[in-house]
Amino acid sequence: MTESIDLSKGQETPTSPAVSSSSTLLNVDDIEVRYGTIRALKGVSFHVNEGEIVALLGANGAGKTTTQKTVSGMLRPSLGAITYDGKRIDGIPAHELIRLGICHVPEGRHVFPRMTVHENLEMGAFRFKKIDQTDLDNVLEMFPRLKERYKQLGGTLSGGEQQMLAIGRALMGKPRLLLLDEPSMGLAPLVVAQIFEILRDINNSGVTVLLVEQNAAQALGLADRGYVLETGEIVLEGTGSDLLADDRIRAAYLGEEIAAS
Amino acid sequence: MSQSENWVQQLPQNIIIGLEQGSVYSLIALGYTLVYGVLQLINFAHSEVFMAGGFGSYLVVNGIVGHRHMTGVMVPLTVLCGVLSGALTGAAIAWLLEKVAYKTLRRSGAPKLAFLISAIGASLFLSNLAGKLFNRLPNNAFPTYFDINHQLFKIGNAKVTLIEVIIVGSAVVMMIFLDRLVNRTKLGRGIRAVAEDAPTAALMGIDIDKTISRTFVIGGALAGAAGFMFGTAFGVSNLMGFTPGVKAFAAAVLGGIGNIRGAMIGGLILGQAEVLIAALPFVGAQWNDVISFVVLVLILLVRPTGILGERLGRAA
Ligand SMILES: Nc1ncnc2c1ncn2[C@@H]1O[C@H](COP(=O)(O)OP(=O)(O)O)[C@@H](O)[C@H]1O
Ligand SMILES: [Mg+2]
Repeated sequence: MTESIDLSKGQETPTSPAVSSSSTLLNVDDIEVRYGTIRALKGVSFHVNEGEIVALLGANGAGKTTTQKTVSGMLRPSLGAITYDGKRIDGIPAHELIRLGICHVPEGRHVFPRMTVHENLEMGAFRFKKIDQTDLDNVLEMFPRLKERYKQLGGTLSGGEQQMLAIGRALMGKPRLLLLDEPSMGLAPLVVAQIFEILRDINNSGVTVLLVEQNAAQALGLADRGYVLETGEIVLEGTGSDLLADDRIRAAYLGEEIAAS
Repeated sequence: MSQSENWVQQLPQNIIIGLEQGSVYSLIALGYTLVYGVLQLINFAHSEVFMAGGFGSYLVVNGIVGHRHMTGVMVPLTVLCGVLSGALTGAAIAWLLEKVAYKTLRRSGAPKLAFLISAIGASLFLSNLAGKLFNRLPNNAFPTYFDINHQLFKIGNAKVTLIEVIIVGSAVVMMIFLDRLVNRTKLGRGIRAVAEDAPTAALMGIDIDKTISRTFVIGGALAGAAGFMFGTAFGVSNLMGFTPGVKAFAAAVLGGIGNIRGAMIGGLILGQAEVLIAALPFVGAQWNDVISFVVLVLILLVRPTGILGERLGRAA
């Protein structure tokens, strides 16, 4: 199934993850983000290499969503720099950044509730003159549930189906860097496993992934590397397996999950 | 009762008059509802966009036609010229209004109340400006380019006049056009996406500012065209926007604010209610304006989100 899905099609520089894993696609350098007087991010730095899956972990309120929104252009950093594919992108609004292949699956899915599954997928390809039939076929093959619900309104789908739709919609925008904000939130374990498997497939097709999760065990199992955020600062970083083995992580985030799995 | 027999007898004629009024309300109501959809904001200066369309088309049509009397094929051409010039003026004023009165506030993240005050200010400004500029025109009635009361045909014993056909006909064409635009074009999908969830629409590559601006332009064009029709039937003045504007607003709320088909239906219902209730024995035309709001209140008591609900609006 994975081999038949080529999501890198149509990009200027199709990349195979194995070759380019050393080149930095996204570099976030010491950014500060404020909501009014509240400093939500206090100098956050990290990078994502082309072809990688990088996990951003942390407790509720740590600043994960803020970080992703800043990368996708929904928020502007008050200090610091964001570089993508060698170009400064901080301050560029979201609707322009998507043209560079930065596609964001926001926290809480945000499918368009009064649009059908089909229309939602069309919205994902809004930046293109016409929707790419091959992309659409690929998404529907990846998420057969969406095919069954094709004419149904987004708002009437189950949580898992909405998450699939949100991911499918982002894929219609031909992402080079896919941002996902807590795709496992509120979903049954079986559905989460399914979605994580699909994320692996998407990554294997050449898409770089920045994954925000509270579900640390599952995210680190998938990710090449990870960062841990705490009240607006990166406190820990390492490869997925290193972090999984780290006592502090185990104590802070994995206590229950490890016992359960 | 001879009076109630009268009412029944006049029913067909009154339905036609109600349709004429309702069409104008619907066209204006669409502007309120479109803007509410994308901004969750009532554009109280919209009635002045309607007024501007009235004056714009007056100046253009009068400039071209002068005092000549149009007959035959020249009548639809004159109407087309009036509708287009009214729509263009309305679109231009609405575009400007959004730039000056709203966009600046949006940029600075002002609270909703600021928008309301800005809207009222813009409304007073436009209305007074039009008063200064145009109230010394020869007369405030549209010159009679053609015989608006010319009887075209009869339905039963009800007369259907030229102006009624023009108003209802153009309104229907414009509403079908808008429905297509919103449901079938990319611009329309952009407007719907911004109305449902603006931040997510931006993530899809939609420029929210541009979409809002275009929404104002579309709503302004419809109101401006309605200004031409209303002006042709009843004359133009700098205060002509107030009453139809308030009623169209009521119509938009009646149909479900933010809901496009709701605005169309709301306007038509209000037009009928006004004429038919005013024609009842012991009521009378002086109650016209009261009736609209009684109908509005009664329907909102039963259906607080309007007849069709807030469909374009944010659902979550
Ligand atoms: N719109 C907002 N206005 C003010 N404060 C906010 C807003 N969004 C988030 N915050 C604050 O910023 C901090 C980081 O939030 P967030 O990025 O959502 O964290 P996470 O996604 O890790 O749960 C929290 O303290 C939160 O209360
Ligand atoms: Mg979050």
